[in-house]
Amino acid sequence: MAKIVGGINVTHVPYIGRAIAGNLQQDAYWKPFFDGFPPVHAWLDKVKPDVAVVVYNDHGLNFFLDKMPTFSIGAAAEYSNADEGWGIPTVAPFKGDQDLSWHLIDSLIEAEFDLTTCQEMLVDHAFTLPLELLWPTRNAALRTVPICQNTVQFPLPSAKRCLAFGRAINKAIESWDSDARVVVLGTGGLSHQLEGTRAGFINKKFDLEFMDKLVSDPDWVTQYSNEDLVELTGTQGIELLNWLTCRGALGGKVKAVHTNYHIPISNTAAGLLAMETV
Amino acid sequence: MAPKTKRVIPGTTLFDGDMARKGYALNKMCFSFNSEENRQEFLKDPGAYCDKFGLNEQQKKAVISLQVLDMLAAGGNAYFIAKLGGIYKLDMQDVGAQQTGVTKEEFQAKLVAAGRE
Repeated sequence: MAKIVGGINVTHVPYIGRAIAGNLQQDAYWKPFFDGFPPVHAWLDKVKPDVAVVVYNDHGLNFFLDKMPTFSIGAAAEYSNADEGWGIPTVAPFKGDQDLSWHLIDSLIEAEFDLTTCQEMLVDHAFTLPLELLWPTRNAALRTVPICQNTVQFPLPSAKRCLAFGRAINKAIESWDSDARVVVLGTGGLSHQLEGTRAGFINKKFDLEFMDKLVSDPDWVTQYSNEDLVELTGTQGIELLNWLTCRGALGGKVKAVHTNYHIPISNTAAGLLAMETV
Repeated sequence: MAPKTKRVIPGTTLFDGDMARKGYALNKMCFSFNSEENRQEFLKDPGAYCDKFGLNEQQKKAVISLQVLDMLAAGGNAYFIAKLGGIYKLDMQDVGAQQTGVTKEEFQAKLVAAGRE
């Protein structure tokens, strides 16, 4: 059976794409952010995942508001990035894993998570940038499965639902008849708000507690409604739901391998949390 | 049926069904800006491009004057408005500063200060 080696939660601000393209990793502005990654690269070198399941939210590349699935999953042989309209460089396509995609679809729908399945799917910066950050020299052998959650148009799935969805992903991967080693990524957050007169809102105290609880007691998050989470973390801070699904997919106990937290990248509190299954 | 009661979060509007209905034409126009060809067409004649997507007067005025809070009030979604901002090379600090009525430097300083708390 497949093995889940661990999970990595990481921010996905579009601006990071320009820093990577411009080789700005050691500039004063970017250094505290990029310096968070080498210990995670070392861990990835050790656990050697074959597949990355990436839980993220689309920002108007693959999905417009004409059709907005709550949970969707890619089932393609390859995933392309494309022009998102805000001037970040487009990156090369990523390899899919159709066997795992369809195993996940079968298992998750059996578990009563009624996903939208996508045999064609464009992946935006929320999928591509975390992969670029975690594998700065592209790992061409790495296969990927995108899982997209609606964090754009309310109502959104609750924290409780996302955690349960993650736990169903855990069961699905663990029942996959494969010798593959799987890493799960959750992208977005942490606290930030782009719009309104509260734009620029950041909540360091909550973010740090959230990162801590995510490791030790992820059910802690489910005490909050999505409105509570917006109030606590900003309208885009709600992307922490992707982190929560990722954590659920790691099963019961995990240990933190490495964390980093830096304010600001663009308007965002940038978090990084790598966890190993135990 | 009783009217819906909505959670009030200061300085924040949740992009819910009411906003999604209200802002559909505006957001659809902004979605079209994923294409360079469409961005160029918009720049040639912003008003005509707004008309092509059926924006109402409130939306059109907000777009032409590039007032982000007005676009939000007209149902604009932050991610789609950002695609319009991209045409004018506005980054999220420009947009944040405009909405909060401060200079870009002041807005950036506020973000940095949040990291020291």
